Amino acid sequence: MMSTVDLLFWLFATLSVGGGLSMVFSKHPVSAAMFMIVSLVGVAALFVLLESFFLAVLQVLVYAGAVMVLFLFIIMLLDVGPDAAKQKITNWKTGIFGFFTAALLVYLLVFLGNSNDFVNEGTSSWPALIEDSATSGQSLPFSTNVSSFGYGLMTKYMLPVQIAGFMLLAAMIGVIILSKKDVQQKNDG
Amino acid sequence: MMDWLPENIWFSVGLKVFFALMMVGAVMTMAGYSVLAERKVSAWMQGRVGPNRTVLPLVDYIPVIGPLLKKLGIFQPLADGLKFLFKEEIVPGHVNKFYYYLAPLIALVPALTTMTVLPFGQMYWPDGSVTTLALADLEVGILFVFAVSSLGVYGIALAGWSSNNKYSFLGGIRSSAQMISYELAMGLSLLPVFLWVSVPGAQTSGLSISGIANFQEGSAWLFLVQPLSALIFLIALFAETNRLPFDMPESETDLVGGFHTEYGSFKFGIFFVAEYAHIVIGSAIFTLLFLGGWHFLPFMSDPWPPNWIGTLLGVGWFLAKTIFLIFFFIWIRWTLPRFRYDQVMHLGWTKLLPLALANLIIYVLIVTLIDQPSSLF
Repeated sequence: MMSTVDLLFWLFATLSVGGGLSMVFSKHPVSAAMFMIVSLVGVAALFVLLESFFLAVLQVLVYAGAVMVLFLFIIMLLDVGPDAAKQKITNWKTGIFGFFTAALLVYLLVFLGNSNDFVNEGTSSWPALIEDSATSGQSLPFSTNVSSFGYGLMTKYMLPVQIAGFMLLAAMIGVIILSKKDVQQKNDG
Repeated sequence: MMDWLPENIWFSVGLKVFFALMMVGAVMTMAGYSVLAERKVSAWMQGRVGPNRTVLPLVDYIPVIGPLLKKLGIFQPLADGLKFLFKEEIVPGHVNKFYYYLAPLIALVPALTTMTVLPFGQMYWPDGSVTTLALADLEVGILFVFAVSSLGVYGIALAGWSSNNKYSFLGGIRSSAQMISYELAMGLSLLPVFLWVSVPGAQTSGLSISGIANFQEGSAWLFLVQPLSALIFLIALFAETNRLPFDMPESETDLVGGFHTEYGSFKFGIFFVAEYAHIVIGSAIFTLLFLGGWHFLPFMSDPWPPNWIGTLLGVGWFLAKTIFLIFFFIWIRWTLPRFRYDQVMHLGWTKLLPLALANLIIYVLIVTLIDQPSSLF
C-alpha cells in the first residue's frame, strides 16, 4: 500500500526528471527553459517532502525565480529560434565533459547511495549540541532549521563562505572588465 | 518522520481547501473592489464622478441606501467581470498558441499562491492561548513570498514573447529587466529588518512574517525604526507590482498596451485581476512588515479584549491599514508621471541598490553596538 507521501514523492520525482528530459529533447529554447523551471520546482517540492523548507524556498528563489529569468531574458533578447538546437554535437570537448558528468552521476548513484553517512535522522528544530560542535572537530548535527544554516555558515564554515564570496566577486569584476573591453575597442575602432 | 501528516488526511485536506477557497474569495473580492477604487479615486482626483450607473435590479427602489450604493458604484465590479466573461474570445493568427494561453495563468497563480503564508490576525482562544491566523504560518514565510512572487514575471515575459508583436515583446523584455533589477534592492532593504527582529534569545525565526508583526506589538513600528528600509521596500514594491510610475510593461503612450496588446476578453481580465491581486498582497506585506500588522498603534498595547471580539477587531484593523495602502498605491498613480525606461534602470541600479547596501552596513554596526558594545571599540 502506497502512502500519501510516497505518492507525492513519485509525483514530484516524475515532474523533476521528466522536466529535465523534456528540457534536453525540446526543440525550441523557450520550451527548454520552461521545462527547466518545471524541473527545478519539482526538486523544490522534493525538498519540502524532506521537511527542508528553507532549501526548497531557496531553490525556487535563486534558480527558478532569478537564474531562469535571466536565461529566458537572454533567449528572448537574442531571438534564438528552433534552428539553434539543430546543429550536430560532434565537438570532442562536449564529449569529454559529457563523459565526466555521466561518470560523476554514476559515482554518486552507486557509491554514495550505498554509504550510510548521509542517511541521518534530521531534526527541524534547533539542535542543542550545535554550540559545542561549531568549534570542536566533530561535525555539526543535521538540522533543517533556518538558524542552524546561518549558525554553521557564520562559525564553523566561515572561511569557505568568505572564499566563495571572494570568488564570486572576482568573477563579477572579470565580467565587467570583459564587457567593457569590447565597448572600448568598438569606440577606438 | 512524516508525523506532520495527520491520521485522517482527507478531513484535514478538505478543511484546508475550504479555508484556501475562503482566502482566495477574500483577496479576489478586494482585488475587484480595488479596480472600482481606482476608478472612483481617479475620478475624484480629476473632478469627475466616476462609475455611478450600475445597479442590480430592484436594489434601486430601496429608499436612501439603494441610490447611495448606486452612486458609489458598488455593483460596477460585477458588471466589469461579466463584461470580460461574455466578450468574444479572439486569438490572433500570428501568436504562439500554447504560451499565449499559458501566460495569463502563470501571471495569476503566483499572486494566489503567496496568500497561503499571509497572516492576517491573531486568534485568542478561550483557554488563553494565542495563535496566528494564516493558511500556513511558515518559519521562512517572507522568503516564500519572495520566491513565489518572483515566478510571476514569467507570465508577463511569455505573454510578450508569444504574442509575436513588437510592442508586446518590448513590454515583456522591459518588465523582466525591471523585475530583476528591483528584486535585489527589495531583498537587501529587508535584511536590516531581519537583523533588528532577531534579537538574542528570540523564540521565532526573523524570517517569519507573523514573528515580525508580533515584534512590533507595544513598541515602535518598524518604519519608525528603519525609515530607509521602508522607503526602499515601498519603491521596489511599486516596481515589482508594475504600478505607475514604474508601469514599464504597459506604458500605453509608447507601447499601445504593452505585454497585453494582443489579449482580449477573459484572458486580459486575468492579467488585470493578477495585477490588482499583487497590489492587495503587496499592501498586506508592507503592513505586516513595517506598519505593525494587526497591532493597534506604535508604543501602545492592543486596546481590545483577548477574546473573539479582539480577534475580529485585530483583523479589521489589519484590513484598514491594508486598504489605506491600496489607496496610497492609487493616489501615487494619479499624482506622478511615468518614468522613462532608462530612468527606471538608473534609479534601481545606481540609487536604490547602493542605498540599500549602505543601510544594511549601518544597521549591522548599530545592532552590534547594541548587542555587544565592547566588540566595536
